[in-house]
Amino acid sequence: MSDYNFAYLDEQTKRMIRRAILKGLAIPGYQVPFASREMPMPYGWGTGGVQVSAAVLTPDDTFKVIDQGADDTTNAVSIRRFFEKTADVAVTEATGEASVIQTRHRIPEQDLRADQILVYQVPIPEPLRFLEPSEVETRKMHALEEYGLMHVKLYEDISQHGAIATSYAYPVKVEGRYVMDPSPIPKFDNPKLNMAGIQLFGAGREQRIYAVPPYTDVVSLDFEDYPFEASKADHACDLCGATDSYLDELIVDDSGKRMFMCSDTDYCCSRRKAGHIGAQGVPYAEDAA
Amino acid sequence: MNPLLNVGGISKFYGHRIGCKDVSFDLYPGEVMGIVGESGSGKSTLLNCLAGHLAPDRGAVNFDTRVDGMRDTVTMSEPERRMLSRTDWAFVHQHARDGLRMNVSAGGNVGERLMAVGARHYGDIRDQATDWLGRVEINADRVDDRPTAFSGGMQQRLQIARNLVTGPRLVFMDEPTGGLDVSVQARLLDLLRGLVREMNLSAIIVTHDLAVVRLLADRLMVMKDGHVVETGLTDQVLDDPQHGYTQLLVSSVLQV
Ligand SMILES: [Zn+2]
Repeated sequence: MSDYNFAYLDEQTKRMIRRAILKGLAIPGYQVPFASREMPMPYGWGTGGVQVSAAVLTPDDTFKVIDQGADDTTNAVSIRRFFEKTADVAVTEATGEASVIQTRHRIPEQDLRADQILVYQVPIPEPLRFLEPSEVETRKMHALEEYGLMHVKLYEDISQHGAIATSYAYPVKVEGRYVMDPSPIPKFDNPKLNMAGIQLFGAGREQRIYAVPPYTDVVSLDFEDYPFEASKADHACDLCGATDSYLDELIVDDSGKRMFMCSDTDYCCSRRKAGHIGAQGVPYAEDAA
Repeated sequence: MNPLLNVGGISKFYGHRIGCKDVSFDLYPGEVMGIVGESGSGKSTLLNCLAGHLAPDRGAVNFDTRVDGMRDTVTMSEPERRMLSRTDWAFVHQHARDGLRMNVSAGGNVGERLMAVGARHYGDIRDQATDWLGRVEINADRVDDRPTAFSGGMQQRLQIARNLVTGPRLVFMDEPTGGLDVSVQARLLDLLRGLVREMNLSAIIVTHDLAVVRLLADRLMVMKDGHVVETGLTDQVLDDPQHGYTQLLVSSVLQV
């Protein structure tokens, strides 16, 4: 092999990270401290997720990276190349073919299976940070299950905006115990947190790992009279016609013409390949030609 | 009648220095106890030991809990003590900013204790918060303003509303009128006196201001150098002080 140990990190570091992951899986939603390593990329690029991926990848894995749902952003491409180079793993853009998927800001539209692992890049793991800056105090609040403050945040949202305006990183309670920040995924994705796959969350700068095991109960916090809603743009994808996917809104020309399209590019492509066409779409073969 | 609070032999040392030593008293439901003394007399140390903010080196603070009757709050588990401190107990700080969340609206500040004990209906929480703002003479149209936009007196009234919304039975107050203008103090004292009577609250008020205890306290404890030097009914202690130190305190010879 090359100058690197498999997947860049040395075996001792990977063992340390795996222990943190196992502890996280044993205590769903609990933030496990770990000794984050310097990675050859800046913190904003998901070094926490990269370290978790490095610790779980095996030579037989097929790896996929998405950034805001897309496989082709600079961030996604560079992380994918990093593991192609250091772990020599197969890579794919097809959600169904990947055994390990590293993600920033989205959960794939296609349901994940029990043999798949989803690794999230997390900027700020502490959901209570917004109102309680003291780390000592937030740890105590988690330990004693004192989560009234999370509802104060939602209360403030409603009193200022008339509705719960939090649309990303929407707080959840895991298995009736720990309140968790699901990373900045849109709240549309929150119901998918209850899934068959293993979900691992890595925060590099903050040195925390947490996890949601398969089929774990994950509930979005809300009020009785302001129930949680997994909202999305009230529109269909203009490319593939999907009405059930999370959409990005794009301004496509100088006249301000707008277009909605699936944020999950693999999902959109698969649908177009299967013959679905949206209002502004063209058949898949034509586009490729 | 059984005491609500039974304090036995509370002592706190800082190395060899005495914080407070061997303080014992009973507090009955609806009773207000004033603790007076100069700064450094140990009154704040004592209050923090009673309220669970400081661990005393010796002694017991027995509280008549709703479920289990008398329990020593010094030896109970931290989760139990913290639960008590946001349900049956309340603590009013001298500086409102220590007792409020300055980046949260007035309604959110008052609603926090309700949400902490499980309230999950926004409309109900907001109604109760608005009601409590009215009870501390803050206009309902200020419910979405942050405390940073309030005057000092309003901030202190908001802190009181935030503390009383869950209907506590025992309120600890640390110099509740300290740092406020005299006219603002008078209004706050009136308000506190009304609420204490109306809610039949028991309270322990630490202050250096004898006018505060004259108006609010049924009984008085005078502290000096960590010891209680005199105790009795408020009027009795203030009008006929027995201990030499109390006499100095009452005659305003001491700069307190
Ligand atoms: Zn689409």
